[in-house]
Amino acid sequence: MNIRVAHLYPDYLNIYADRGNIAVLTRRAALRGHALEVTGVEPGDVLRPEEFDLLYVGGGQDREQALVAPDLAARGDDLRRAVDTGTAVLAVCGGYQLLGRGYRGRDGSWLPGAGVFPLETVAGETRLIGDVLLEADLGDGVTTAVAGFENHAGRTLLDAGATALGRVLAGHGNDGASGLEGCRAGAAVGTYLHGPLLPRNPELADWLLARALEHAGGPGVLEPLPDELERLAHAVSAGRARSRGGRRRR
Amino acid sequence: MRLTAETSAARLVGRLSRAVGRGGGTTLPGKLIWKVDPGALDALAARLPAGVAVVSATNGKTTTAAMLARILGSRHRLAWNNSGANLASGVASTLLSATDADLGLLEVDEFALPEVMRRVRPRVVSLGNLFRDQLDRYGELEHIAERWRSAVGALSPRSTLVVNADDPLVADLAEGHEHVLRFGVDDPRLARPALQHAADSKYCVRCGSPYAYAAAYVGHLGDYRCPSCGHARPPLDVAARSIDLQGLDSSVFDLVTPAGTVRVTLPLPGLYNVYNALAAAASALVLDAGLDEIVAGLQSFTAAFGRFERIGVGDRRILILLIKNPAGANEAVRTLEEGGVPGTLVIALNDRIADGRDVSWIWDVDFEPLLEAADRIVVSGERAAELALRFTYAGFPPAQLEVVPDLREALDRGLELVPPGGELAVLPTYTAMLAVRAIAVERGLVRPYWEEAG
Repeated sequence: MNIRVAHLYPDYLNIYADRGNIAVLTRRAALRGHALEVTGVEPGDVLRPEEFDLLYVGGGQDREQALVAPDLAARGDDLRRAVDTGTAVLAVCGGYQLLGRGYRGRDGSWLPGAGVFPLETVAGETRLIGDVLLEADLGDGVTTAVAGFENHAGRTLLDAGATALGRVLAGHGNDGASGLEGCRAGAAVGTYLHGPLLPRNPELADWLLARALEHAGGPGVLEPLPDELERLAHAVSAGRARSRGGRRRR
Repeated sequence: MRLTAETSAARLVGRLSRAVGRGGGTTLPGKLIWKVDPGALDALAARLPAGVAVVSATNGKTTTAAMLARILGSRHRLAWNNSGANLASGVASTLLSATDADLGLLEVDEFALPEVMRRVRPRVVSLGNLFRDQLDRYGELEHIAERWRSAVGALSPRSTLVVNADDPLVADLAEGHEHVLRFGVDDPRLARPALQHAADSKYCVRCGSPYAYAAAYVGHLGDYRCPSCGHARPPLDVAARSIDLQGLDSSVFDLVTPAGTVRVTLPLPGLYNVYNALAAAASALVLDAGLDEIVAGLQSFTAAFGRFERIGVGDRRILILLIKNPAGANEAVRTLEEGGVPGTLVIALNDRIADGRDVSWIWDVDFEPLLEAADRIVVSGERAAELALRFTYAGFPPAQLEVVPDLREALDRGLELVPPGGELAVLPTYTAMLAVRAIAVERGLVRPYWEEAG
């Protein structure tokens, strides 16, 4: 089948190797006989999110994030409608923050977000940097260990009743205090983890791909792949999180 | 007199450190004095009668400083940190041990630059480029640029800034300073067809609109203009024109300066090395070198260690090209492409502090030309598996890929795959490069860097 992916702001939000996540989705789909059709969307472009099976938003530097934020916020209603009807989302780092209600800067400024995830982010005094390991809960009893790298000044606070992507086993997570990381709303996932995220976390990659495939009218299951290198990389990354995750820097 | 007592103690530490064979005693004495009395750095620098030249950049600072050393070496006795110890403590070590030097030549880490500039009060500061690099350690590009901006603001008006006019963020730092030399490349034939994936600073520093490039040379370096507000590359004082890149051997170009124009044969490949040569030439002019000295220095230059270094191993050779961030690695790839991609490559990824703990940058490197041409790739280092994923997800056949995390074994395996008379290309990150060189030293193939003549 064709899986339609909208990649939001690839020219602006690409700081943490976001194209790696797209490469993983593309190849893992192809290995199961499906084609990923990726459309780049830049500020001002027309986007009908419900026509896509998966939306991807990556991370950027502060300056680039501020340049795209107004465009993204203006698409909030469209994006929420798409998520409500089962479009999958992966938002990483800056993209994750921008899909919340907004970002409160240290000077008190307020950068409005798209309001897809029930959360707000507040700038912190230190950056939370390092390797992370999560126990991710993907619903319906599906759990998987997710390993990655975080580097963010924002402290993300989930609304009461919101679902985190997972529980932090090592590292900081959303705010360095709650023990929670990321947010999941149906098939929409937001997270601070990059590295990039998907190459060494094939179960999460396949879960997203299966949700996108369902939205496209296909089956919600994918045949397993050997994933030997993926497991090797995951093991090293998880080990890094356990041995050195969670340092802070001004 | 405190300086004397402390410096003697610190020098003793340096000798002890060398005696026990730890890293050539590079930074231990400096760390000691830096801890006891950071102000000693001011005094050590002030002793140098010809002053201090400082070189910084994300990429090319080691090579630029080495070129400058080659140009100035006959005229000056240099206090030069050629071992790569480029933090404040390394600078302190260098100034401590060079007791009879008259000129300081300091390669300085981007993050350490403001502190070092404030203390050593340089005559000339060369700012080469800012690329995304080790975000876990340095933070965002804008953050480094802000630190540089305040350092430049505190610089004596008598000091000269040498800046890369082709880098919008770096060129902008020099605005308003009195003495500035701007360098850049002026040869649209060598422009890339498009900005590379990992290009940074592609939005106008004044108004945020995307720049239009008449020519993009290396990453976001090029001849830019903002269609919206008109902010553009400033006129060049020192330029390279009519550039002829000659594979892996050399680059020939017209060096255009206020002192005249000369044709230079630089015995190093790659347009990025032309940029390094321009930075070195412009800095040398500020330090009163003649054009003939500059040409002689550049033409007799040999690569700084681990940066395009060839080492003979029996009837085979290894060619080391350091990779440490997307922009630098892209240029290493481009260099190999121009010289013909070797059949066998060893690519090694470590994730220590000096490499960057965050390994995501490998996905921003355009490795694809190597993947298309190589017969066999051995991935190595502590994060070898991440490289393996990078290459297999790009479509490189798993059967042609070997995962050998141990560097020693990876080098042996790579050499085994190379036919007699052939060359093995090794692309290591920083600490992997040091390890490769240590293996070569241990096998008697090269001398340790602290014994190499400047």
